[in-house]
Amino acid sequence: MTNHWIDIKNSDAVLIIGSNAAEHHPVAFKWVMRAKENGAVLMHVDPKFSRTSARCDFHVPLRSGTDIPFLGGMINYILEKELFFKEYVFNYTNFAFVVGKDYEFNDGLFSGYDPKTRKYDQSKWAFEKGPDGGPVIDETLKNERCVFNLMKKHYSRYTLKTVSDVTGVSAENLLRVYDAFCATGKPDKAGTIMYALGWTQHTVGVQNIRASSLIQLLLGNIGIAGGGINALRGEPNVQGSTDHGLLYSSLPGYHNLPVSTWQTLADYNKANTPVTTLKNSANWWSNRPKYVASLLKGWYGDAATPENDFCYEYLPKLEPGEDCSYMYVMDKMYHGKIKGGFIFGVNPMNSFSNTNKMRAALDKLDWLVCSELHNSETTDNWQRPGVDPKTKKTEVFLLPSAHRIEKAGTISNSGRWLQWFDKAVEPGGQARNFADIFVPLINKIRDLYRKEGGTLPDPLLKMHWTEKFEPEEWTRRINGFFWADTKVGDKEYKRGQLVPAFAQLKDDGSTSSLNWVYAGSFTEEAGNKSKKRDASQTPMQANIGLFPNWSWCWPVNRRVLYNRASVDLNGKPFNPKRAVIEWDGSKWIGDVPDGPWPPMADKEMGKLPFIMTKDGYAQFYGTGRLDGPFPEHYEPAETPLDSHPFSKQLSSPVYKFHTSDMDQMAKAADPNYPYVLTTYSLTEHWCGGGETRNVPNLLETEPQLYIEMSHELAKEKGINNGDGVIVESARGRVEAIAMVTVRIRPFTVMGKTVHLVGMPFAYGWTTPKCGDSTNRLTVGAYDPNTTIPESKACLVNLRKADKLTEIA
Amino acid sequence: MVARTVWQARQKGLQTFPDSVRGFNKEWNMKTTRRSFLKLMGVSAVGLSLCQLGFDLEEAQAYASKLKIEGAKEVGSVCPFCSVCCQIIAYVRNGKLVSTEGDPDFPVNEGALCAKGAALFSMYTNPHRLTKPLYRAPHSDKWVEKDWDWTLNQIARRVKDARDKDMVLKNEKGQTVNRVDSLFMMGTSHASNEECAVIHQAIRSLGMVQMDHQARV
Ligand code: SF4
Repeated sequence: MTNHWIDIKNSDAVLIIGSNAAEHHPVAFKWVMRAKENGAVLMHVDPKFSRTSARCDFHVPLRSGTDIPFLGGMINYILEKELFFKEYVFNYTNFAFVVGKDYEFNDGLFSGYDPKTRKYDQSKWAFEKGPDGGPVIDETLKNERCVFNLMKKHYSRYTLKTVSDVTGVSAENLLRVYDAFCATGKPDKAGTIMYALGWTQHTVGVQNIRASSLIQLLLGNIGIAGGGINALRGEPNVQGSTDHGLLYSSLPGYHNLPVSTWQTLADYNKANTPVTTLKNSANWWSNRPKYVASLLKGWYGDAATPENDFCYEYLPKLEPGEDCSYMYVMDKMYHGKIKGGFIFGVNPMNSFSNTNKMRAALDKLDWLVCSELHNSETTDNWQRPGVDPKTKKTEVFLLPSAHRIEKAGTISNSGRWLQWFDKAVEPGGQARNFADIFVPLINKIRDLYRKEGGTLPDPLLKMHWTEKFEPEEWTRRINGFFWADTKVGDKEYKRGQLVPAFAQLKDDGSTSSLNWVYAGSFTEEAGNKSKKRDASQTPMQANIGLFPNWSWCWPVNRRVLYNRASVDLNGKPFNPKRAVIEWDGSKWIGDVPDGPWPPMADKEMGKLPFIMTKDGYAQFYGTGRLDGPFPEHYEPAETPLDSHPFSKQLSSPVYKFHTSDMDQMAKAADPNYPYVLTTYSLTEHWCGGGETRNVPNLLETEPQLYIEMSHELAKEKGINNGDGVIVESARGRVEAIAMVTVRIRPFTVMGKTVHLVGMPFAYGWTTPKCGDSTNRLTVGAYDPNTTIPESKACLVNLRKADKLTEIA
Repeated sequence: MVARTVWQARQKGLQTFPDSVRGFNKEWNMKTTRRSFLKLMGVSAVGLSLCQLGFDLEEAQAYASKLKIEGAKEVGSVCPFCSVCCQIIAYVRNGKLVSTEGDPDFPVNEGALCAKGAALFSMYTNPHRLTKPLYRAPHSDKWVEKDWDWTLNQIARRVKDARDKDMVLKNEKGQTVNRVDSLFMMGTSHASNEECAVIHQAIRSLGMVQMDHQARV
């Protein structure tokens, strides 16, 4: 989230799209309701009517996979009607940057496309460069290749008619949302967009979010109270585990894992440290070398010196462009190329798409280590229904894991607040937390290397490690230490003392930090700030629900990201009634500003607000995504249409997929699979349900797998409410109970009726007779940037069941 | 919405109370007066109004002494499900969890919990919990209980053998890559930040590149 949960109450317009917030983030929804009490308009755009829709002013049903046309239409509407916030767009975005001559867009394809590799040459989209290598900026907008002009041209194709045809939303409903949300383009109005997996799990997932940034930037809604683009994070600590880079291509703190072409730390820094020519750009990532050196120092301690590149050589290096995300790992596993591994606190045999392939892949492992609270479809894959365990070779070690209230540490909520939790009771039975498994395991492996030698022992033997896991010791390591006596201002720090903030991190080996974004969370002066429980606020902070003294928030306790965009060039809030920060003539008051510099009116010292971009401006046009500099509509990989009005390019030209015998796909407008399936979670079950199905009272409230369908479809198929249904896709077959409902209605798409059905994915065979994985139906097609599978849209067929075996 | 009204009342009540019992102190363990007060407010939830009780703490304490949390230690925790991260108070007596409830002071959840958070206690006490390391041998049809030491030794052996055999020191171009492609790690967004830091360091030191948590699930 750019903002935080409480901040939603400051909104004048709340657009919930790609999320069912009331059911999946129930307690946070109170802040949406507070906004409503304050007069905000609430809108829910989603394929089905849910409890979120019921609380909103109106619900707009949208065919799954058509968010970009919906948003593209809004962009067009804003530009045509000039509803954008001119001062904001003019001062803070790259609207006037001139794009290079190689950029083109023809019939659904951007320039640089190679159909053989299904990849773009992104260099074709580069900005024009001036003599100094910096951007060419034409604020008169006379140049037709100005970002603003290109954007206008691109989205002029997204008319009410084309958008309505594709999305299945009436023009009247489109206008209702566009009018209500675009009213926040005024300086004193705020609109927020809340999304979740309904946006990300598409082959155009990243571009769905990009499209929302275009809207929020046009309307001046980023950096302000009640604004922002707010990802409603799912998993309890998915924010923290992302910050700590538990992702194949990341190091902790949003750095890339090295690739083979970066052989030295200097190569790495050169490739990953942007350089700007603009004096007023803070270009924060220019600090990256300090953060990477401090990370390596944290990992390798005294062994890491400037002379040996801080042990950079020890880090594993990928091949450039290599994808090791879980879908690729599962594919390699299916082809017998993986020996063994760890699956901790996740249930892929239920929640990964195309589950039948996942289950077959897991059978190919020699050994598997799982750590769980309960048996799951993953831990017990070798004895799943229809399988003879004698034919399954995989050795499985199942380790009982500790529950949250049986351990201490910190967690980061969706609004980036670092919250400490204490250990209430000892772990049940012999259960252990994950670190109490990994620390002794690594120590045993280290012992084996000491005893036997082996391949490349140094990365293990030379690291700064521990004999026993103490949670708060690691909270300190994450914050970071001085490794040499250092003077900061008047203050002297000794080796071994905590660094006060990331501004003090250095690239010379004198500091460590396991994650620079958390530097400042635990200091000599204030202790462990995640434990802070102090509700005090200034009246200005109280006005917008800011609690600066309750816990701590990264970065540097800044609660609203990009908050320098909430003020004008003189540092005065665009909306004085809901000011986030303000320059009082000598200092900033309110939230912690995005950097200490004075407002931009100070031509020497002032800095542009988008400090994480190279040139300081927010980017309507960006060259970093693999599927294009502007979001463009493509149908899902499995689509009920064989053409759409935006281009001849039916689906994304660059989405990723696999080609094994278990990766079958329906063809476009396939008569064998005529219905769109979307999937979702439930209030009472947590994601794949691996934990909550084991809680009797939760299982009792949501006991079995169902399929929601419209009365019209049910009638066509001769299905009554409560009947057993067989649902089939090109990949699998699932049984469910029919829930015939007005919550889902047929769509009219390009003149034809398209039916959509919805199913939760919380059920699995280890809970007897409740049904089995819905994801056996979903598709193995992935976003090119993130490799997230398109679990939210695929094609199925269905019929009434004579007999059910999975559900009692 | 009954729950909201109750919490609004709690909020109002807290605001009109003297500082000493408002509980806005920095310590985890809140003062007795506040605890009793909250129990009193809990009474209001089941039907008595604030003015009927007239803020008589003695009366409230008498009532509270009958509650299951009497004498229990309060420990601050966080709901283990979604990323709203509602704060929870766990009540512990003699090392046993006796109850859990939303933390009314936490500015985000203000005491509220959804069905999952509210079921935390039954999640803790459910009979399906794994309590011992289990082992399933190749081609076996059952789990066998093992101790931790044996289990970790076995895993360490397998990891080391795979690492020794499959470590790629140089790629085809002769560039140093120090990478093991035959091992993987999946999860975990259930881990604390501290556990994440431990896991990330461990995985990279082993030379593993195949690691993914639930950001894509
Ligand atoms: S109580 Fe519900 S809303 Fe709050 S963190 Fe837990 S799951 Fe999320």
